[in-house]
Amino acid sequence: MMDNTKKNPIVELDNVVLRFAGDSGDGMQLTGALFSDSAAFAGNDFATFPDYPAEIRAPQGTVAGVSGFQIHFGHTNIHTSGDLADVLVAMNPASLKATLKWTKPNATIIVDTDTFIEKGFLKAGYENNPLEDDTLNGFNVIKAPVSTMTKKAVEELDLDTKVALKSKNMFALGIVLYLFNRELDKTNAFFERKFKKNPIIVEANKRVLRAGYNFGENIEAISQTYNVQPAALEKGVYRNITGNIATAWGFLAAAEKSGLQLFLGSYPITPASEILQELTKYKEFDSKAFQAEDEIAGICSAIGASYTGSLALTTTSGPGLSLKSEAIGLAVMTELPLVIVDVQRGGPSTGLPTKSEQSDLMQALFGRNGEAPVIVVAAITSEDCFYSAFEASKLAVEHMTPVILLTDGALANGSEVFKIPKLSNLPKIIPPLAKANDENFKPYKRDAEKLNRMWAVPGTEGLRHRIGGLEKENISGNVSHDPLNHQLMTQIREEKVQRVANYIPEQHLIGADEGDLLVVSWGGTYGVMLTAVEKMQAEGKKISLAHFKYINPLPKNTAEIFKKFKRILVCELNNGQFVNYLRMKHPGFIYQQYNKIQGLPFMVSELEEKFISILNEQTS
Amino acid sequence: MNEEQHIDMQNIPQLTSDDFVSDQMVKWCPGCGDHAILKAMEKVFPQLGVRKEDFMVVSGIGCSSRFPYYMNTYGIHGIHGRAAAIASGVKIANPKLSVWMITGDGDSMAIGGNHFIHVVRRNIDINIVLFNNKIYGLTKGQYSPTTPKGSITKTSPQGTFDEPFNPGELIIGAQGKFYARAVDTNPKMMTEILVESAKHKGTSVVEILQNCVIFNNKVHALVTGRETKDDNQLLLEAGKPMIYGKNRDKGIVLKGTKLETVVIGENGVTEDDLLVHDPTTPDPGIHVMLSKMQVPEFPVALGIIRAVPADTYEDLMTESIKVAKQKSPFKCVDDLLMSGSTWEI
Repeated sequence: MMDNTKKNPIVELDNVVLRFAGDSGDGMQLTGALFSDSAAFAGNDFATFPDYPAEIRAPQGTVAGVSGFQIHFGHTNIHTSGDLADVLVAMNPASLKATLKWTKPNATIIVDTDTFIEKGFLKAGYENNPLEDDTLNGFNVIKAPVSTMTKKAVEELDLDTKVALKSKNMFALGIVLYLFNRELDKTNAFFERKFKKNPIIVEANKRVLRAGYNFGENIEAISQTYNVQPAALEKGVYRNITGNIATAWGFLAAAEKSGLQLFLGSYPITPASEILQELTKYKEFDSKAFQAEDEIAGICSAIGASYTGSLALTTTSGPGLSLKSEAIGLAVMTELPLVIVDVQRGGPSTGLPTKSEQSDLMQALFGRNGEAPVIVVAAITSEDCFYSAFEASKLAVEHMTPVILLTDGALANGSEVFKIPKLSNLPKIIPPLAKANDENFKPYKRDAEKLNRMWAVPGTEGLRHRIGGLEKENISGNVSHDPLNHQLMTQIREEKVQRVANYIPEQHLIGADEGDLLVVSWGGTYGVMLTAVEKMQAEGKKISLAHFKYINPLPKNTAEIFKKFKRILVCELNNGQFVNYLRMKHPGFIYQQYNKIQGLPFMVSELEEKFISILNEQTS
Repeated sequence: MNEEQHIDMQNIPQLTSDDFVSDQMVKWCPGCGDHAILKAMEKVFPQLGVRKEDFMVVSGIGCSSRFPYYMNTYGIHGIHGRAAAIASGVKIANPKLSVWMITGDGDSMAIGGNHFIHVVRRNIDINIVLFNNKIYGLTKGQYSPTTPKGSITKTSPQGTFDEPFNPGELIIGAQGKFYARAVDTNPKMMTEILVESAKHKGTSVVEILQNCVIFNNKVHALVTGRETKDDNQLLLEAGKPMIYGKNRDKGIVLKGTKLETVVIGENGVTEDDLLVHDPTTPDPGIHVMLSKMQVPEFPVALGIIRAVPADTYEDLMTESIKVAKQKSPFKCVDDLLMSGSTWEI
């Protein structure tokens, strides 16, 4: 602990939601990431939510250009990035304007007063200076002349003003680190690593960070500081991880466990590009990442690689998945293993590239010509992206079929605490490779249980064969236009995917297995759903949660679970896709639905409200 | 990749064309130029010193793209226009394979144009055989990107309005390093050129002027016809002057910035005045001009027009994997997971 000369009282808190907001050039994402690191070192559990505009640098000082980073950290288990902020750092009037509605009524707000000049607040859409009228009544406002103090902190270093002001985000970070009684050494160590080649920048950042910290200590506005004790996490080694990195690493793990070479064919697209970037880094694991000329070439190169015996992947977001549709059909027809990752974003068309949504579910399930069933799996947390990528690979390879893995922008860019697994504890992946000179080999002869065909890899003696997009004759794999054969093959392809239900876990229920309300959700909303449902359970409500990760096929016990509840409410970030899928697959139930399509995550409070209104309907 | 599946190259059994004949019925129209190309390919494969299990034939959609079914190798009959992308994945994933891509003027110049130019640009070692019949055959007679301007087809009853691609010009413009042209009426020429294209390290494109007997019959007749071919074909040979004609008395010269035809012995022209073919020069100028020569003003250039050595994509990737393995602190994925900022509870 720092020497705290002012000796402000320290208040213990269970959990805190902190939000950094500024211009998209102000470095808010980095500031947030650095605070996350400090939370990690303090042993807190946490979850983060970066919220940034689609433009790289939208006009300075406008609401459109505001970039935010929210972190929810705590002594208790943290499953969401939090609803409303307890502490807001607003680097300019626009960021105050954009985020005030996501801030608790009595929150602490740190503002850079240097930016609250007439030009600034008018540009943000305020008629008067919000620091001087009643806009911030009720808030604990810490007014800091961040820009001035930053320049002052580095004046001895003789830096250009523009360069000096680049580190003003570190002044804000310094204040926040003081507020939460955090040490500066980890952040200083980061500067030393990051700016290794530029010692003067290291020094500037250190001085500004310290100046911010000292400012916090010295001013009257801060009458108390806060402490958040370490969380009671299981024993183990931990790290901070985002969903996209976890996805990439899950694939590397799958490649090693299966003994297959990893091949990724991909084309950059927000918010999926980091998976491609990450996999280009690790060539030492024999992984080959190919940046193709477009989305179609991304998946087609992966299909070619799959035929040669690689663990083949392609990564994209919604618009890219549309472009890949025809090729997914080819992978279905050729029965080759392939994992297609769709990091969902707001749609349709270009939609909301940097915002999260769950609206590609129907596309994943049905968006192809002909009868083209694929396995669909949805990752449920940033950490789970690792396991979902691993499992999608296992299912694709062992069942010889394409698998669509759905994640989303919030999981992809959000980070959380990841308990590092050992590869030896992960399940085996056994590719069904055909043996050289196997006289009984036929390209479309199948395993009796899983119905997968064998994988006959070029280079293997005695197994030369051709596959393609034309309908295949059962067993021989020759081209066939026979009517009855087409019906048989269509049914086999469907049955092969449905039998995957025998190889995935049964649906798990959080709460009692019967009650007044079953809340159903899927994919990336797990954290917020869990938090809301657990809160209601603690209040004694007969409410349970079934959160789905396996979408096609659904777990075998799905209907069994649904039977035992008076009401079923399906919550999702789209206009009702999973609920309609359930209506089709399990029509015997009445499903209510709660949908949010704003490019934003659910808030715990809105879910609670919805649950209560349904439970009240029931009693009245 | 299973190493033991690749046997000692010294002990490759002698292969014949029979090793590559598939048991599938060939369903091209009688008289189609594709039959001759298939026969040539069956002769080419045994000459390359490659195990029969290490050949891979990839295609897209179109008449020509049925090819993989008729070759007894590993193969994928892909989707329309995407053969180049599929073949790229095959070759990058397993550089040991001899990868052949069979495509047509619609498959690679229209719907697959993007993949086609990018595979050429990357110089992935794939042997592309481009069947150019200047028409859409499988969909029954619509114009293609190589159909001459003004042609009347099913979808251009008043004649086409669009300027056609010249494949050679497109390939060289896309940074192509190997481009050759042959005719489907000359099996010996096809075989020799295809063997050379296979030996070339990097993307090679062999354009075969192929006749669609149903929808565009005799489109290449001036170039391939018995009576006219000698005066309309310029057979290029490296290091040799560009001579053609029934009486071997015509030639090509460079005048200013343009090619011109001359008659040897007229106006004092001798063999020494003719251009000498150099396929290996990196400068694309003459190669593009040769590619663009058309009847009746010029003979059509046949043979290896361009063959410039260069690094291949997959070799550079293999090398970077080798370097990464030497430099990396990670021996396995566990090492990666435990790297960087971690903490223990």
